Amino acid sequence: MAVSEETAAPEAKARPGERTPRARRKGSWRTALTFWYFVGPFAVGLFVFSYVPVIWSAYLSFFDARNTVTPEPENFVGFGNYVTMIKDRAFQDSLVTFTVFALLMVPLTFGFSLALALLLNKVRTARAFFRSVFFLPFACSYVVASLVWKMSIFNGVRYGLMNSILDLFGIDDVAWLFDPTPPWYWLVIVSLRLWIQSGFYMILFIAALQQIPEQLYEAAYVDGAKPGWKTFWHITLPQLRATSVAVLMLCLIAAYQAFDEFYNLIGNQAYARPPLMYLYTTALGITQDLGRGSAGALILALLIAIVTLLQGKILGFGNAEGK
Amino acid sequence: MALGSQRKTPVGYRPGRGGKASRAAVFAVLCVLAVIFLIPFYLIVRNALATDAEITAPGWLWFSPDPAWENVSRLFNDENVPMARSLLNSAVVAVMTTVGTLFLCATAGYGLARIPYRHADKVFYMTLATLMIPGAIVFVPNFVMVSSLGWLSDYRGLIIPTLFSGFATFLCRQYFLGFPRELEEAARVDGLGYWGAFWRIVVPNSGSFLAAIAVITFVGAWNAFLWPLVIGRSQDSWTVQVALSTFLTAQTISISQLFMAAAVAILPLIFVFLFLQRFLVQGVAQTGLKG
Repeated sequence: MAVSEETAAPEAKARPGERTPRARRKGSWRTALTFWYFVGPFAVGLFVFSYVPVIWSAYLSFFDARNTVTPEPENFVGFGNYVTMIKDRAFQDSLVTFTVFALLMVPLTFGFSLALALLLNKVRTARAFFRSVFFLPFACSYVVASLVWKMSIFNGVRYGLMNSILDLFGIDDVAWLFDPTPPWYWLVIVSLRLWIQSGFYMILFIAALQQIPEQLYEAAYVDGAKPGWKTFWHITLPQLRATSVAVLMLCLIAAYQAFDEFYNLIGNQAYARPPLMYLYTTALGITQDLGRGSAGALILALLIAIVTLLQGKILGFGNAEGK
Repeated sequence: MALGSQRKTPVGYRPGRGGKASRAAVFAVLCVLAVIFLIPFYLIVRNALATDAEITAPGWLWFSPDPAWENVSRLFNDENVPMARSLLNSAVVAVMTTVGTLFLCATAGYGLARIPYRHADKVFYMTLATLMIPGAIVFVPNFVMVSSLGWLSDYRGLIIPTLFSGFATFLCRQYFLGFPRELEEAARVDGLGYWGAFWRIVVPNSGSFLAAIAVITFVGAWNAFLWPLVIGRSQDSWTVQVALSTFLTAQTISISQLFMAAAVAILPLIFVFLFLQRFLVQGVAQTGLKG
């Protein structure tokens, strides 16, 4: 990350004293104009499509706003929507679903993508081929993957791939997605996301592995450390610190936003309904309750901000640059 | 980490680490994993080119002996299946999103990086602040905004709110800060302003960076689901992902048609992977810098 510090622009370098204060003011006015020429369109869009919606939504969250985005003043309910949301069993369940999902997903993705990167670094032949194969699922949308997982691999009927394999061993068909006990649906959901995302994080780990100075391993070798677990724990892993923190954060944020595969694999079922699914049905389902939906969105935004900050603190986000 | 040499040898390329046998074992493990990773693609092709009877038959059929290419025409000629329209919508949305994001975020990133305006850092912090909240969570607020603008079921609603990416602008700013200043100053001596220097010098020399941002934006836009689902209320405005999802959850089409639709939907991105993978990998590596 080459970040050269900003230095004064050519205009400002013109010999001081030669310009009258008025001319200088004109100059800064011109600089401002040029700046907004570049940044203006983006800044206006950011304001209209990031700041205004959040503020508007915060406003709506204090009203009984069913089927409307401009509630009447008499429909003011104070913190009513927030209280209803927090007390709502379904909302609480969705947070539990997210927690289980994150606890499964984050460590598995981390371990598996790191393992892929390490394995790739060990072979000499067909490296580019393997990298492409592991990265290729990233081209698949969650919708396409859900389709394959639901209709083919984990199809609950006899001609599904997994059930065909179980058949070979004389095991009865499993209804993978629609029988919450035992919770086989987690296997479906986790394997799908692992398939799509591992290659992405593997690329990040490969980039980081290639930055580790060779001399560290040579020095360790001279000191008698055989390549293996020892060098992995004492050299590779510490050197990957910054990337590991980034991968854990990205994984967690991605898990938090999970929606596509739940929607397409399971739909709106109480046993596996992540927070975004719940928000979707509250705000855009039959009830169109934008007041409660907004309250829920703000609660979630606040939660993710807290979790991100906490995780950053625990993992030493601030000094994780490794330089 | 000042260790003198700037050599960046990939770990594992040195002699003496791991014998031939262990390398062969690693190779074997990778082969097995590669086969597992390719199974879903195999299933898409197998099911897309089979008849429903072949798919549901007892006993696993590895590949249809008589590939059912007529599934393609069945898919596109079925009047109840808006396949062509949804592909067109996806193409328009993905291309426009990519062009728009690139233009807006590159100009903004350059302005933030180079123009010595007094309040530039305030604008930059306002941009950074939007990175704190994951995009998907604000779909309710954004829905409120778009519906009051009357942009539901409309290209404007599908495209415009997604263009102002704080993250892409952040990446562009970081990149332009590292762009060699001497090149721009030479241009300015020749009488080009910031705008001229940007378009004639900076953009032509930033090809692979901008291509990386473009490819990753395109992939994201083509595969996006939640936002198009929220905005695409009428069938005419479905993107291909929304159409696929409807076929899947409502089970309105036959299983072989369904897989043919999936095959058609991933084809554009398979081409992106085949021909632009270098930029995609670079784009992913840049995305990781966020952490």
